[in-house]
Formats: sequence, structure tokens, C-alpha cells
Amino acid sequence: MENTKKRYWKGIEELKNDINVVKNADREFNIDNMEGGEPTHRRDFLKVLGFGMAAVTLASCDVGAPVRKTIPYLNKPLDVEPGIANYYSSTFVDGSDVCSVLVKTREGRPVKIEGNKLSGITGGGTSARAQASVLSLYDNEKLKTPVKGEKAIDWKSLDKEIKAALSSSKNVAIVSNTITSPTAKAVIADFTAKYAGKHITYDANSMSAIREANETSFGSAVIPGYRFDKAEVIVGINCDFLGTWISPVEFSKQWATTRRLSSAKDGRRSMSRHYQFETGMTITGAAADYRSSVKPSQEGLLLANLYNMVAKKMGGTTISAAKIEIAYLDKCATDLVAANGKAIVVSATNNVAIQNLVNAINGLLGSVGSTIDFTTPYMIGEGNDTEMNRFVTDLNGGIYDAVIFMSNPIYDHPESSKIAQGLKKTKVSISLSDRINETAALCQYTAATSHYLENWGDAELKKGYYSLIQPTITHIYDTRQAEASLLTWTGVSDDYQAYLKKNWNSNILNGGKSWVQSLHDGVYEAAPSEGSSSAVFTGNVSSAAAAVGAVKSDGIELHVFENVTIGTGSQANNPWLQETPDPISKVTWENTAAISQITANKLEIAQGDIIKITLQGAEIELPVMVQPGQAHDTISVALGYGRTAAGKAGNVGVNVFPMVSTVNGNLSYWKTGAKVTKTNSGYTLAQTQTHETVMGRQAVVQESILSEYVKNVQAGRFMPKIATSEGPTRPYSISLWNGHDKKNHSWGMVIDLNTCTGCSNCLVSCQSENNVAVVGKKEVARAREMHWIRLDRYYSSDADITDTWSVGGLSAMEQASDSPEVVIQPMMCQHCSNAPCETVCPVLATTHSSEGLNQMTYNRCIGTRYCANNCPYKVRRFNWWKYFENDEFDFNMNNELGRMVLNPDVTVRSRGVIEKCSMCVQRIQLGKLEAKKERRRPVDGEIETACSQSCPTGAITFGDMLDPESRVSQMLEVEREGRAFHVLEEINVQPQLNYLTKIRNKDKADAKWQFVHTDEGNAGAHKDEEPKAHS
Amino acid sequence: MYLKIQKSLFRTLFVVFFVTATAVAQDAAPAVDAAPVAVEAAAPADSDGDVVLGEKLYKNNCAQCHATDNAVVVGPGLKGIQERRDYPWLKKWINNPNAVIASGDDYAVKLYEKYNKAQMTAFPSFGDAEIKGILAYINAANVPVVAAVPVAGAAVATGETGGGQFFNVVLIALLAIMALVLVALLAIIQLLTKLAGAETPETTGMSISERFKANLKGLVANKTIRSAVIWMFILLATKASLDGLYGIGVHQGYAPEQPIAFSHKLHVGEYEINCAYCHTGVYKGKQAGIPSANICMNCHNMVKRESPEIQKIYTALENDQPIEWIRVHNLPDLAYFNHAQHTNVGGLDCTNCHGEIPTMEVVQQAKSLTMGWCIDCHRQTNVNGKDNAYYDQLMEAHYKTSEGPMKVEDIGGLECARCHY
Repeated sequence: MENTKKRYWKGIEELKNDINVVKNADREFNIDNMEGGEPTHRRDFLKVLGFGMAAVTLASCDVGAPVRKTIPYLNKPLDVEPGIANYYSSTFVDGSDVCSVLVKTREGRPVKIEGNKLSGITGGGTSARAQASVLSLYDNEKLKTPVKGEKAIDWKSLDKEIKAALSSSKNVAIVSNTITSPTAKAVIADFTAKYAGKHITYDANSMSAIREANETSFGSAVIPGYRFDKAEVIVGINCDFLGTWISPVEFSKQWATTRRLSSAKDGRRSMSRHYQFETGMTITGAAADYRSSVKPSQEGLLLANLYNMVAKKMGGTTISAAKIEIAYLDKCATDLVAANGKAIVVSATNNVAIQNLVNAINGLLGSVGSTIDFTTPYMIGEGNDTEMNRFVTDLNGGIYDAVIFMSNPIYDHPESSKIAQGLKKTKVSISLSDRINETAALCQYTAATSHYLENWGDAELKKGYYSLIQPTITHIYDTRQAEASLLTWTGVSDDYQAYLKKNWNSNILNGGKSWVQSLHDGVYEAAPSEGSSSAVFTGNVSSAAAAVGAVKSDGIELHVFENVTIGTGSQANNPWLQETPDPISKVTWENTAAISQITANKLEIAQGDIIKITLQGAEIELPVMVQPGQAHDTISVALGYGRTAAGKAGNVGVNVFPMVSTVNGNLSYWKTGAKVTKTNSGYTLAQTQTHETVMGRQAVVQESILSEYVKNVQAGRFMPKIATSEGPTRPYSISLWNGHDKKNHSWGMVIDLNTCTGCSNCLVSCQSENNVAVVGKKEVARAREMHWIRLDRYYSSDADITDTWSVGGLSAMEQASDSPEVVIQPMMCQHCSNAPCETVCPVLATTHSSEGLNQMTYNRCIGTRYCANNCPYKVRRFNWWKYFENDEFDFNMNNELGRMVLNPDVTVRSRGVIEKCSMCVQRIQLGKLEAKKERRRPVDGEIETACSQSCPTGAITFGDMLDPESRVSQMLEVEREGRAFHVLEEINVQPQLNYLTKIRNKDKADAKWQFVHTDEGNAGAHKDEEPKAHS
Repeated sequence: MYLKIQKSLFRTLFVVFFVTATAVAQDAAPAVDAAPVAVEAAAPADSDGDVVLGEKLYKNNCAQCHATDNAVVVGPGLKGIQERRDYPWLKKWINNPNAVIASGDDYAVKLYEKYNKAQMTAFPSFGDAEIKGILAYINAANVPVVAAVPVAGAAVATGETGGGQFFNVVLIALLAIMALVLVALLAIIQLLTKLAGAETPETTGMSISERFKANLKGLVANKTIRSAVIWMFILLATKASLDGLYGIGVHQGYAPEQPIAFSHKLHVGEYEINCAYCHTGVYKGKQAGIPSANICMNCHNMVKRESPEIQKIYTALENDQPIEWIRVHNLPDLAYFNHAQHTNVGGLDCTNCHGEIPTMEVVQQAKSLTMGWCIDCHRQTNVNGKDNAYYDQLMEAHYKTSEGPMKVEDIGGLECARCHY
């Protein structure tokens, strides 16, 4: 930060010097006394003190030991040893969201999801949603028995009634989201064969246009395999491929391999160039080298123009399209052509013409066969919008006697009201769901389904990449998995496990691997050899161009998108996901209307207002969130919120599915002509971004551009000097402290800012591992969230933001938030060797270990919060309340079932103590013990923290810095004189955590800030450089 | 002067006592250390099989049903087994007894019939080294003067009693000295009073008892003495209540009645069943584990079936109703303890923390289980780093800078996050 003219800010409020930000800047925990209640008086204190004394005296009278029962197994299973975790491979499946995982179980209950390193798709990475899925298992609002109408029914009678009803039905429809399981598909095929039924597939976030376009462009209606790792130029157009699109964990891993640099002598000094053109700001846009905002209506024209530019440069024929001015578009075309086939252009927009243009460009560039692979297509996104729409019509025409829902279309399909109408014309309606959701509420029967962690199953995310699901706990309630219900109703058998095994042995394994081995590994990958077929583009570009040319825009455009955490709302009742801040907007517990500063000014609305958006006769009311980088005249709203039957945690926000429309047979996730009216103001969003400020310290984030890095591996590094009697010196050369002797281990981390995407997997993983409490929306708004790791998101721009009084200054501020660059920095306890928190603790509750850990001892803490005040990184969290067994915090820790998710090796903190990242000390201790038991030293990689274990891009590396063989040591060996830096080096706290500078592959001319040389003449630590005034 | 004498007397007494106590403590320490060394010395008794390995395997796998002498437990006693059967037969039998019986082997069939058709557990994983080790151990256990092991035990015992006797002698000597000093002091007072001519008219003629009463009155009237007594009382009361407070939650000696009157004295003391046979997790993980009913059934499906206590296990199994034992050892909240670290890695004996379990009819909490108790042990105990590559580097570093043995404390054994997280 220090070495550039850039200004960094955490949110619009800070950029504008909002009164609340200024007022609370020097306070650790802002917004006290939100309810306006009476402050505590001296007398109250004395009362409490007296009561406490009395209680202690009473307690001391209790001399007998409390009787605690210890109940062993009657018949202990051979492989269960109390206190020792078992790991089973399984697969997280939620619609099109598929991730191969390992499930950690303790005494027969799953407590943590880990990545499966044997998976060729994820390589051990997971997503935030996969991490959180273990909590969904312990959701006590799920159905406990099957239900008929409003009443519980037993399975036998339910099966009998349904079988009778089905056999007297003429047309039976099964409605589901994409089914990735080959065996479940076989079950459905058996079922539809028996009852002359029809299987209709739709997806809440539809991709049907991609398949349709690939049919016309390449002759095969598939979603091809994408290879971002083979691309030198990546162009994403409204496509959040690092966050939500198709296979984000896999794409993140691929993308990261093209972004990893090494400062070693012959290390990698090249990286891909990533362009992103998008409406709302996503983590993919934040990670891009060049980002421009476009309106959804402009996307088609943008692609047509890009096509023409590429065609012109390659000497091909152009098509007729109106000119459009988009920043960096021409540059993008030049780079695409120069990449010589190692390029990839992707768009997530569900529009056939747009997808055809994307295909045409990829065809022209020669990407097909190189970065786009038709031999290993994705088996997801099989929803067909046309078929679904036909089903809705047929349903209303009274064609179907029986309907079975395996999904929740009443919530997540735009035609929900028509479906509800049509349902009345059926004789029997059955829902296969885990709760009385919006759809089940309208059905006669609900065959309660179990969670994937209780189920058998399989999945095929990519052709030939199979993974298995095995139960890791017995059924908690009297539920049955959907496949078993269908099998029972078909009358084949009710043993889905046997069915699955048979199907695998006869159709999938083909003798390639044994069933037991596959079950152990969790995956069976028999991918066809890639690149054997290269499809040729045979589509019609001109008609596509004509189609996109006809798109009209009229006023404000509403853009609906899927966010990283809640997705399409199927796991909405998961408080971990609800409380995970959106990586960009940092909003928790609801969706917002994201709007640019200029548009907000134009519409005379501001953050904190509630607006009513009227479109297609539908109305929604949402709080405004001013989003830097948002395309002007657009409003972005996330899907997945506004559920009415998800549960206590899930029924928050506003449902925007009714705003989705059908255009040319496919669902369209944007619509023009929105009318906006302000209805209220003064609303507080539970946003975490401005909770901790950098207090004017400038070198928290250090970044540079590739060309500078190639010249000097220390480019972008801030090298502070402090004044001493012998002149300025590096801060680490002098110290007040004796330091800590580390003889055995020195645990540390290296976090690569270049490959961190902000996907939030680490945050949820940490929450799950360390029993981090959920505090709810109100407490988050008071800056009392408990997450041990936060993903700091910094916007940066080169505009002058100091002038906030003149008209010119204000408009400069608008520009600043127009297209900012974004850096995301994971921030947790830095385990300082000279820890400021340790010296101020009056009771030695926070101390230093001989292995470099900053230890927090809860039972010693008396809650003075001095440590939190003295922490320069603001990573200490205070338990303002007792978050378990407390009706005020009615989340998972307030019920018996929800508490089953707790990690038994980690204390559940009570009210009044500080907590913070422990670097997963319980895992370190366990790893050391395993090594000691085998009479050896721990091997690198054997001990992993929760955040590093499942990071999809490998941005977080953990290890022993005293072990010369460890990855951390080897990285630091190379990067210590390169990209590695300590945050706030100038205060000489000597953290155990190292960061690697963010390097963007941007041309120097486009990097708008001026570089200051990072050699000897560098400015002192506290010498603020005045930004150059813009005339 | 009187005060001075008293002061110096106390000082001398204190010094004498302190020196003695330290001497006793130092004496005791090497005695405890001696034990493992002695056991190791006993190890290479048999040249053919590894006795140490054999002992471990025997205690974990065989001792539940077989005695090393002629006694019948479940199966026959194993004394002289090598004279009875040859090695190849034994190996076949141990690896798969069922197959030997099925092959129609005469001896095997007879054996099977004799012991009520109870099938011996097969140990297919045992190779030559293991079986020879076990046989070597059986032989060693039957050598008439069971040489080294009891000797080592005796050495420890003598060391302990030696220390105890020495302590007693010192105590008696001290008491004698104190009695002498008391007599001398009284004599001096008597003499001094006479010499000072303190025999006032009032006191003369008073009987000793009267004089004593008068003195007592004077004492009670004396403000200094009164306040001294009050202070003494306050201090004692404070000390008593502080001790009481420290005792909250400490349940040393807690010995609840269990739902089944299981006797450790019988199983551990008499039958010498290894702790890990029932507490299966003790070398593996955090919890030693309370044995599940099916472990009891390994023996009790044959042994003592008629006992009403054992009938309770059958009832539990029949009704699918787990047995609700009462936890004896409750660690304080928020403390993490791992058995494997202490037993497997540290090589500590279970009795270190659990007391003399082999003599306990009803298990009781032998140690206080307070943090101070943990810490004390971590300060005193040497790290068991022998043959453990994990500690090599640490040992090397330690002996570079210091001469004494490496204590647990020296490698971070007192740090908070070892037990609290």
C-alpha cells in the first residue's frame, strides 16, 4: 500500500468518511448500547458481587462429587474407539453442487467435512457450502417422520397408500433438479418405466441455454469440460466461475495453477491474464486483472464486438453489430488472439444467442480442444427450461394424475404460482424433502428424506469422474432417502445400498477397481482420454448477433445472481452459511439491492434506505447496498433468500425468483424496466466490512504488477524503516524483548494473496472445527461476530478522496467507487512473537508457547479485553453473551441435536472470555502425538489446520518453519527476499504468519497509480505520502 | 535473651527439618528411577524368543484365559507347554485352532472336549517371533527363582523402606532433642527467676497452683496476648477456609458404588489381566475407555456364569440396555488429557495416576487430579525420549546446554495450550 499512490478503503462509508466510521474508528467494538437501555450502576455491580460471593459459599458446601455416568457400548464396533476420530469418504451433493469429501466422525457422529485429496476434480478442496453441510444434518427443524397432510404417518401405510394411488394414475411426473447420481437416474428410470411416468428436470439457476447452444454450435447438447489451467488468457463475462459456476472448487484450483508465482531463481514468473466483464461485483471479478462493469443488456453486444475484434485481428469475416464502448475490450481481444489457442471465454448467461457467440469466439480462437474439452463434459445443469415450462402448462391442463417433487419449485421456480394452481388438478402429490418446505406444504404426502451424510449414493460430476456417498451416521429420525422411497414404490426392493452396489459393479467399475476400494477412496475416476475429439464450430454467428442486437434496455435493469454462500437457497436454514459474510458486500443474514454510487445519487437513494422494485407486476422490497464496481443503472440481488418454510434461520431476506422471466424458452436472470421507489430509510445492514479499520496504516496489503515483479521480485513490498540513534533501520533489528526460544517446532503459515479468491471455505471450515458461535444478525450489526478468520476485502483506487467538500471532489469519489481494484486478505491471529496482547493481559490468560503459538486460555480469562484493544490485527473476539443454551441465540447451539456438531476436542467458550485463532492447536497436538506414538518426527502435510486443509486453491499453507523439508520453509526460503511480507512489519511484532504479495498481470500503463521505488530511498514507516491532487 | 534463645532454637529446628526432608526426597527419587532400568536388565533371559515382546503379547492376548503355571483359568495352564507339544503344532494351533480340530488331530480334539468345547481365539497374525516370544515368556515365568523382576521390585522396596526408616529415626531424634531443650529451658527459667530475686512478697507463700492462676489472669488481662490470640484465631480460620476453598471440586478418595460389583483386585491383582485388555483405548487415544459388555463376554460366556453380578451383564445384553457405570475420575472442566501421550509415549504405568488399582476392590480416585498435581509431575518427570526419534533433536539440544535429565517442563510441558484449548 505504502509504495503506491493508491488509496485503500474497506467500504463506501470509509471512503466517504461516514460519521459512524469516524466515530467508531478507535473503538474495538462499536455501537454499544444499541437498545438504549440503562447502563450498569455501581449498586448493580455490588449486588452481583454479593450474589456471587453467596453462590461461591453455597457451592463450597457441596463436598460430594457429582455423579457422572459413563456409558460404554454394549457391543463396541471394531473400528470405533471412543476419543479417536474416524474418516469416511463421501460426496456432498446439493443439486448441481457436487464435492468429494472426507467426513470426520467421532463416536459415530459426523463433526467435520474435509477435502478428499484423492479426488482428481477437487484435489482436496471444498466449498463453504460443503463445509457447512454437516450442520444441515443436525437441523432440528427437519421432518422426523413421513407426513400425510399435516399428520405423521408410518412408512408402511404411506407406501401402501402411495402405491395404490400411483397404480391408478395415468400420467406420473417426477420433478427434480439435476440428478448427478447415475444410480439414482437408474432408479428413476425403473420408476418411470413402471408407472409410465415422466422425469422433468429443471435447475434453479438454469444452464439449459449452454446445452442448447452447444447443440447448435458443436452438435452435442452438453456442458463441456473447461480447463482454466491450460489457459493463458481467461475472459469471464457475467460468469462467477471461481464462486458459483458449474464446478467452482475445480475451477479455482485450475485458475490458481496459472496464478502461482515463485521468486526462486528459475521460478515461475508468468501468469495468466484474467479479464472479467460483469454487472455486479463477484469474487471472480475481484480476482481478475482487468475488470469492467457491463449492464446485462450490453452483454450480447459486447460479445459481438469482441467477436469482430478477434475476427479482424485473425483475418476472419466480421458480423454486423452495433459498436459498443467497454473498457479493456480491445485489449482483451488482442490478448486473446496472441494466446494462440490457450485462451478461454466463458459466460454464465442463460441465453442461447449469447452462448452461441461465446462458442463462436472460442471456435475462432482455437480454444475448443485446448481449453474446452468435449470428451469430459459435466453431468450437471441438465435442467431443461422448455420441458419445465411445458410441464407447468400440462399440469394446469390436468394431464398429470400424480406428481412427485424431488425439489422445491414452489420456492425456486419463477412459475411457482402456476405450479401451485396446477397441483390442485392432480389426484396425488408427493414431496420428497427433508422438511415441509414451500412445495411440500402443498402436497398430500411428504416422504421425509434423510441427509446425504445418512445416505448411500453416488455422483458423477464430470463424465467418468464418479464418487460415492456412504452413510456416516445412522438415521437420526424416521426418514428414508428419496431413492429408497422410489425403489419401494416401484416395487423392486427397498434396499438402495444393494441396488447401488450392483449398479456400480455391473455398470461403472467394470473390474477397474474393487467396490471396497472405491468406497474407501470415495472416488472412481475412469475419465476418457482427453482431447481426442475436437468439436468444430458450425453455428450461425450472424443470427446470434442479430438476436443480441435486438435486446433493448429501458431504465434500470434488475440482475439476479447466485451468491457464494446461500446459493439457490436449499441450505438456507444453515446459520453458518447465513452468518458467513458475502465475500464482496460483507453483508450477512439477508440479500440486498446492490447499486452503484452514481445510480444511487441519480435515484436519490442511499445505503440504509429500503426500496421497492416493481417489475413484471411483481414487487420486492429490499435494503440498499451501495456497491463499488456495480454497473450503472443496474441493481443486483442475490437468489436463495426470502424462503418462507426453510426454518428459523432460513426465513430471511427477499425472494427474487418471481423476478426471473422466460426469454426464448430459457430462464433469463435479468430484466429491464425496473421501477424503484424509496419506501423507508434508517435501516442497518449486518455488514462486517467496516468493523475493524486499518487506522490509516497503509501497508496492510502489498501488491504490484507482473512486469514490475519480473524486474524485481520484491516489487510492491513495503520496507519500513524506523528511526534510531544510528539512523533509520529495519524494525526487526531492534527489540525490547528477548524473544522466544523455539527448539522443537515453529508453526507458521504462508498465505498467497495471489491465489486467494475469497471463496470463504476457510471461514466456515474454521467455524466448524473450532466451535465458533453463531451470533445472529443483530449482534453482527454491533460488530460482535465471532469468526476467527475474516476475509478482509479492500477496495483501491487512484482517485483523490481527501476532497469531500467541493463538487469536483464528490464526483472524484464517485469515480473511485466506479471500478475499484479489490484485494482479499484472510486475516486471523498472526501469532506474533512479540505479541502485544500477551504483555497487557493482567492474568496471563494469553501466553506464548515454545512452538510459536500465541495461546489463549479461556479458564483464566477474566474478560478485561485489554488484549483485544492492544491487538494490531483486531483478530480477538469477545464473548459478549453465552451463545449456547440461550434462547436469545436460537441457533444450533441452543438445541441438543444442533450441539452434536460440536468438536469434542475444543472448548465451547462461555460468556465473558476472549477467543481467537489457535492455529488449530488441537490438530497440532494430535498430529504430534501420532508421530510420537510411531517414534518419529511429524511429516509435513500430516498436520493441517482447518483453513489450510480444504483451501481449494492452496492459498493457505501451514507447516513447521523449523522443518527444512516443509513446504512453508521451502516457500519462505525462496520468498523471504521476494514476495513474503509480514503485515505491519513496522510495529515489530514478528508474526508467524507470512503473506505473499498480490501480483496482478496488468500492463504498467493501465496500473493507474505511480510506482515509488522500493529501494533504499523508501519512505519511513510513518511518513504519509500525500496523494497527488487531480486537477 | 529468652526470645533470642527461642529464635535460634526455631531456626536450628527449621534447618534440621528442611535438610532432612530434602535428603529424604533426594533419596526417594533415584529409587523410583531404578525400577524401569531393573526391568530392562531382566529382559534378555531367553536367547530364543524376545521375553519383553512375549510378555506384552501374553498379557494382552493370553492371560485372560491361561495361567503361566499349571492353574486352569478358562483354558489349561501353560507350564511346560513346550514339553507337551512341539513347536510346529503349537504354531498351527495358535494361528488357527479351528483348523487343527477340524483336521481331526487327536490331541486337539481331546483338548477341545476337555474344556467344554470352548473354542480358543485364533491369532493368525502371530508369526515365529511373536510365538517364540510368548513361549520364552512362559518359560521365564516358570524359572524357579524368578530372577530379575522380583529383585528389581525388592530393590525399590528396600529403597523405600530405607528412606522411611531413616525418616523415622530422624523424627524420634528430633523429638528427643526438643524434649531435652524444653527441660533445659524450664530449668533456666527457674534459675533466672530465683537469681533475679523475683520472689516478691505477693508471690511468696502462694502455692504453685495459685501462682499459676495469678499468672494466667495476668496473661488474659494482657492486651498484647489477647490480640495475639485473636489474630492467631483469625489466621487459623482463614487458613481453614482457604484450604476448604481449594478443596472444592477435588474428590480424592471418591469411590462410588458401581452398578456391577466389579473387582479390580480380582481381575488385575490376582489374574493379572493387562489393563489394556479391557481399557482398549489406553495406548491409542485420548480415552482409555470403559469396556463394552462384549469384552466381558470374552471370558464370562464361560467363566462364573452363575454369579448374580455377571448375570447383570447378560441381562444388559439381552435387553439391549447399556450398563451405566459411574465415572470415578472426573478431570476438571476445560482440561484436555490424552492417555496415549502418557502411557504409550511417556511410558508411565497406570498406577502413577490411578493408584494401586490391583489392590482395590472398589476403584477410588487415588490422586487429587488438580492442576497443581499435574504440573508437579510435569516438573519432576523425565521425558521418555529413549528410542523415540521424535525427541532426538530435543534431547541433543537439551544436553548441549544442561547436564540434568530433560524434564517434561523443559519441552513446554507447562504451557497452557498443552491442556487447555
